Amino acid sequence: MDWILAISGVKLWTFIIVGLSFSLYIGIAVWSRTSSRSEFYVAGNHVHSVANGMATAADWMSAASFISMAGLISVLGRDGSYYLMGWTGGFVLLALLLAPYLRKFGKFTVPDFVGARYYSNSARVVAVLCAVFVSFTYVAGQMRGVGLVFSRFLEIDVNWGVAVGMVIVFFYAVLGGMKGITYTQVAQYCVLIFAYMAPAIFISIMLTGNVLPQFGLGGAFTPEGGSVTLLDKLDGLNTELGFAPYTSRVKGVADVFCITLALMAGTAGLPHVIIRFYTVRRVRDARASAFWALLFIAILYTTAPAVAAFARTNLLTTVQGKAYSEIPNWFLKWEQSGLVAWMDKNGDGRVDYHPGEPFLDKPAFDPTPPIPGQPRVLLNTPTASPNELYVDPDIMVLANPEIARLPNWVIGLVAAGGLAAALSTAAGLLLVISTSIAHDLLKQTLMPRMTEKGELTAARLAASVAVVIAGVLGIYPPGWVAQVVAFAFGLAASSFFPAILLGIFYRRMNREGAISGMITGITFTAAYICYFKFINPAANTAEHWLFGISPEGIGSVGMALNFVVAFVVSRFTAPPPPHIQQLVEHIRVPRETG
Amino acid sequence: MPGSDPPPPHDPGLPAGPSSNAERHRLYWRQNLRLVAVLLTIWFGVSYGCGILWVDWLDQFRIPGTGFKLGFWFAQQGSLYTFVLLIGVYVVLMNRLDRRYGVEEEG
Repeated sequence: MDWILAISGVKLWTFIIVGLSFSLYIGIAVWSRTSSRSEFYVAGNHVHSVANGMATAADWMSAASFISMAGLISVLGRDGSYYLMGWTGGFVLLALLLAPYLRKFGKFTVPDFVGARYYSNSARVVAVLCAVFVSFTYVAGQMRGVGLVFSRFLEIDVNWGVAVGMVIVFFYAVLGGMKGITYTQVAQYCVLIFAYMAPAIFISIMLTGNVLPQFGLGGAFTPEGGSVTLLDKLDGLNTELGFAPYTSRVKGVADVFCITLALMAGTAGLPHVIIRFYTVRRVRDARASAFWALLFIAILYTTAPAVAAFARTNLLTTVQGKAYSEIPNWFLKWEQSGLVAWMDKNGDGRVDYHPGEPFLDKPAFDPTPPIPGQPRVLLNTPTASPNELYVDPDIMVLANPEIARLPNWVIGLVAAGGLAAALSTAAGLLLVISTSIAHDLLKQTLMPRMTEKGELTAARLAASVAVVIAGVLGIYPPGWVAQVVAFAFGLAASSFFPAILLGIFYRRMNREGAISGMITGITFTAAYICYFKFINPAANTAEHWLFGISPEGIGSVGMALNFVVAFVVSRFTAPPPPHIQQLVEHIRVPRETG
Repeated sequence: MPGSDPPPPHDPGLPAGPSSNAERHRLYWRQNLRLVAVLLTIWFGVSYGCGILWVDWLDQFRIPGTGFKLGFWFAQQGSLYTFVLLIGVYVVLMNRLDRRYGVEEEG
């Protein structure tokens, strides 16, 4: 019964570490509770650029970056680079094209900028709707992520996990506003980066002898003497089993190009990332923040492809072709939670891993307890594919500490890291929702005579309601949430990014152009996604796509349409009034002289 | 800044006689655009170029002493390092440009 003791040891450590990290967040929330509107919205513009960089990094890296991305890359191979380049390259756009100017503009929110620059409350309301829609789809995924981490590591019911997450976020987002969120995000970044790096470094040493995973990825595969490099080994293993070589392309060039572009422009247009640049004092701090943010993000993002390659090598060398009795312990543990499953279709007693789904749907296990030493019995209908192994991509990160045979407290740390990633992103998004409603919709549009105190109360109320809605969406995820989260980027790319960019760099851009561009972009993108995902999912294959571009990448086309429509419409309508043209001059220069 | 005298251009090498503030701001903006254009060209080259369009051609080369094919390295590592560097260069050069045109913020 040693294994029961071992598992309860893991659970104990997980409770302790997650508990400690949560007390830290609550402590910070109490310490940084806010009293003024400016503190609630933008942390009073007092945040140091390094702290803001860390907070931005935590804000930006979601449960998906922390838990799922490496696993997705390990399945996609080289094509997975669109996540890596797409989610980091957007910061270059943000730093060079948006952040400094939005900081100079000041104010509180993205709709604030759109409303003022396009001298129109309709533009402001369109921006509010886009911001709230994008943020809600995204936040529901984060709350679900919180619930999943709880259920996987602590075997607590997913719904209770979501409820605990709601209480924590409620505490520091509603009490502390942007100030509370900023400093908890700094703490959350530290937790998540340590939790990600520690197992990655140990596995890199195990497989390649390199301390840095970034070098390990290009290193020699040492368990077999080191005469062959890890990537060549992996290419060989993949080919042997019928997969495409790990370092080769599978998807079309146009599609990879467009997905990368949509992710980049979407990153630059996501309101919860943009508002972080309002929290620093000067334009030059906004520029520096973007540098720190990307540096902190790049630490995780350059490690992720290494984790992906290590995990796949591990899977193909220690699980594939083995009998159940030879399979490593981590496999047996995660089989319990259904993240891996094996159906011995050809009855040879060995795991055969090949391309294709092993069976229909997610694993459904026979409820009767399995015979010790035997795999769990599956009730799914097998497919015709020779593949027998079901692998949830999330396993690549979640099982890392066990693969590296690290002590139990590291496993607890990975749980705390996943929670930190999910909670920090959720809080940032909830703040966007609450400020969009309290500031842009109520104060600026519907109830202009509201006092600052009233507005702050409205913001706290809106945040509370948003927490509850996000939690409910996390507990009862409607089918569309999971589907749409991945598309939030395309929607942001096709709506906000062109409107903000043109607002800064094209003085002649007017209200009519911006509004028609935003509406065209987001409608086209949403319609294309809906068609292939919901109306006619059977047609969702490369030959039916427009120019071979998948729904994931269509935001790039939506963005191009937005630019073209905005430009053409603006040429045929009146130029913006002189005071708006002066506003554009004003935001272009950090400090006017004279 | 209302009430403060327009400070003289700090740099003697500034284009002759940026007479008015508006003119100085215009020149500043043009320099800014030029810098951004250069940096974004590199940004495009390393990601969309080396990481996507020319990746297969680059894969025939290897980084000496490692297992990285060059195209693969750009797609999964090199472009990310370059992005960080690009923003770093932008921060340094823009702060210098601010000072040169006397538009830097106080404090």
